Amino acid sequence: MSARDDVMSRIKSALRDAPPTPDIPRNYRLATNKTAAQRCEQLVGRLLDYKANVYVVPTTQAPAKLAQLLADAESIVVPHGLEEHWLSGLRDDAGSLRIEVDSPEHRLSVSALDSVDAVVTTAAVAVSETGTIILDGSSSQGRRIISLVPDRHICLLAAKDIVEVLPEAIARLNATAPQTWISGPSATSDIELERVEGVHGPRTLDVLILT
Amino acid sequence: MSSTYLGMPSLPVFGTGNLNATESFPQAAKRELKNTQLRANLAHATHTIRDKRENAVAELPDWEEMRDAGSAIKNATMANLPALLEAFETNFTARGGIIHWARDAQEANEIVTALIKETGETEVVKVKSMATAEIGLNEYLQEQGIAAFETDLAELIVQLDHDKPSHILVPAIHKNRNQIRDIFLREMEEVDPGLSNEPARLAEAARRHLRKKFLSAKVAISGANFGLADTGTLTVVESEGNGRMCLTLPDTLITVMGIEKLLPSWRDLEVFMQLLPRSSTGERMNPYTSLWTGVTPGDGPQNVHLVLLDNGRTAALADQMGRTALNCIRCSACMNVCPVYERTGGHAYGSTYPGPIGAILSPLMTGIKSEENNSLPYASSLCGACFDACPVKINIPEILVHLRGEDVDSQRAKVKVPTQMDLMMKASEWAFSDGSHINLLEKGLPIGKLAAGRAKVIKKLPGIAAGWTQSRDIPAPPSQSFRQWWVKEHQSPEPRRNPAKEEDQL
Ligand code: SF4
Repeated sequence: MSARDDVMSRIKSALRDAPPTPDIPRNYRLATNKTAAQRCEQLVGRLLDYKANVYVVPTTQAPAKLAQLLADAESIVVPHGLEEHWLSGLRDDAGSLRIEVDSPEHRLSVSALDSVDAVVTTAAVAVSETGTIILDGSSSQGRRIISLVPDRHICLLAAKDIVEVLPEAIARLNATAPQTWISGPSATSDIELERVEGVHGPRTLDVLILT
Repeated sequence: MSSTYLGMPSLPVFGTGNLNATESFPQAAKRELKNTQLRANLAHATHTIRDKRENAVAELPDWEEMRDAGSAIKNATMANLPALLEAFETNFTARGGIIHWARDAQEANEIVTALIKETGETEVVKVKSMATAEIGLNEYLQEQGIAAFETDLAELIVQLDHDKPSHILVPAIHKNRNQIRDIFLREMEEVDPGLSNEPARLAEAARRHLRKKFLSAKVAISGANFGLADTGTLTVVESEGNGRMCLTLPDTLITVMGIEKLLPSWRDLEVFMQLLPRSSTGERMNPYTSLWTGVTPGDGPQNVHLVLLDNGRTAALADQMGRTALNCIRCSACMNVCPVYERTGGHAYGSTYPGPIGAILSPLMTGIKSEENNSLPYASSLCGACFDACPVKINIPEILVHLRGEDVDSQRAKVKVPTQMDLMMKASEWAFSDGSHINLLEKGLPIGKLAAGRAKVIKKLPGIAAGWTQSRDIPAPPSQSFRQWWVKEHQSPEPRRNPAKEEDQL
């Protein structure tokens, strides 16, 4: 008998008393009761708590803000689906900033990604109650590797994509898309339980909330 | 969905690997209790995490509703496990993942080794996984000439020091910053000899040490926190980003997951991703969670394997009283509130799974007769704190009592002559069967007082009762019993007609 058949028959034998399947009581909160402004404020508070940098800016000013944040950077990477106009503030600059575009036709190597200063992506949805930003690999967020290897992640988040509780985010997401849920920069508490931000993931997380 | 089983009921097949205590819990605990550094660190750790957890939980208005949902979802999972495993297999496979089944630790180790050898690699990176610790994968790979590098900071510390984890959440909690610095200086190549003991500097040293490994790794091995049956999705919950590195950079990803880790649907994640981080680290959400379903073309590993592991889980499932132990999501909340664990630490439990959950899960998976695991169900005062803390409401005290019963039965089956315990039970049966019997026995109390001597403690009881005095003294019995005192104080009491009622008033 194959291992699969063996294990399956062991399971069925173990369940020969046919235990009942209970109904699932979903009496927890499934939707928000906060206004958009309250959700935004809550998310900002949570992200600051996690030692991320947060900026709330009107959408029209996003390119300028991005240019300001990247004033000292020499190179960045962006996913191929990131709308060009976000980068307009950077392009205006004398052209000293190198912008690498990662696309299915032109995938950047690990070492190329390791040598850029930052990555700029959007996000699919954010959960204000837990301070979580979720990336789902769509074209303006890119392959998982590009938001992982560079040491700084700048994330553009539309305020309309902020929900309050996790079930609202789950309802919006496609399960089979490769997802990364990010709640602050990487951290460890493994040494005497003292929290240290920045281990293997990007050590700096900047979130631009666009209103 | 439930399936009817028509075959012959088979005997449970128990698990192997690092599931056994090799010495009895009291013996191991006695040794561990002497480690004062461990005790101090553990007390600090468990109390800190406990407070954080309480705050994180108190913040949610619907925590109890979430626990109810979590518990029901897990019970539904176990009741429908065959159908859910089939659904998971279909969905994961449809998206390019490859599934392997392992009956026990040995088989799982062989599968993983063969998969690594196929790639031609001799080095792999690993992200913290209890399942691979349970099957002793690292040691097995080493014998096969494959080096497995732990990448979680605490696991790295423990591995570099050739030690064992003492806590499932913070495995290196028994080491302080100076010890960690010394380990790094001794074991890491290219480490700055002037390395300080600052946690931030130590974390940076770990980052440097592992970065090259991550960026060049071809094969990674992981565990999984959840598998979603209706989509075929796997989940890893972590903090440092080492998980993301392992799950994203290599060409080949091999995940080892127990068959009980399934959840029926994608939607169930909304419950468990609220229960787990708050119960575990006391955070609103852990820094990183990764989800993948088979292979995503062009993104992440293109050669994706999953080993589904039994290794005694079906034996636990066959125990109708004990099967809810499989609902465990390894949050460690029960350990952090346990007065026994707080003092003995994780090493005393022998198995990969320590603390209250380990005390039931290990003997359920190996069988109560396996080595010293029969001592584990006694490693508890049955105070119930674990049950209250458990996000999926596993009634650990009830299962502990059930397993103690199993142990007594199996001991009795072994010995034909009545044991001391049997004799004691017979004696107490006689004593409690009639008030006059107790009166008679209580006349002996002053003798106990005499035995205790001036110090007013009894340091050693005879026979099997000696176990009780092994780690504690017994205060001398009083010279008179409560009943004797009562009679003296109430010289002409009303005739006692209804003792039960009297008790109620006490
Ligand atoms: S038994 Fe409950 S509290 Fe203990 S680790 Fe498992 S889920 Fe957490």
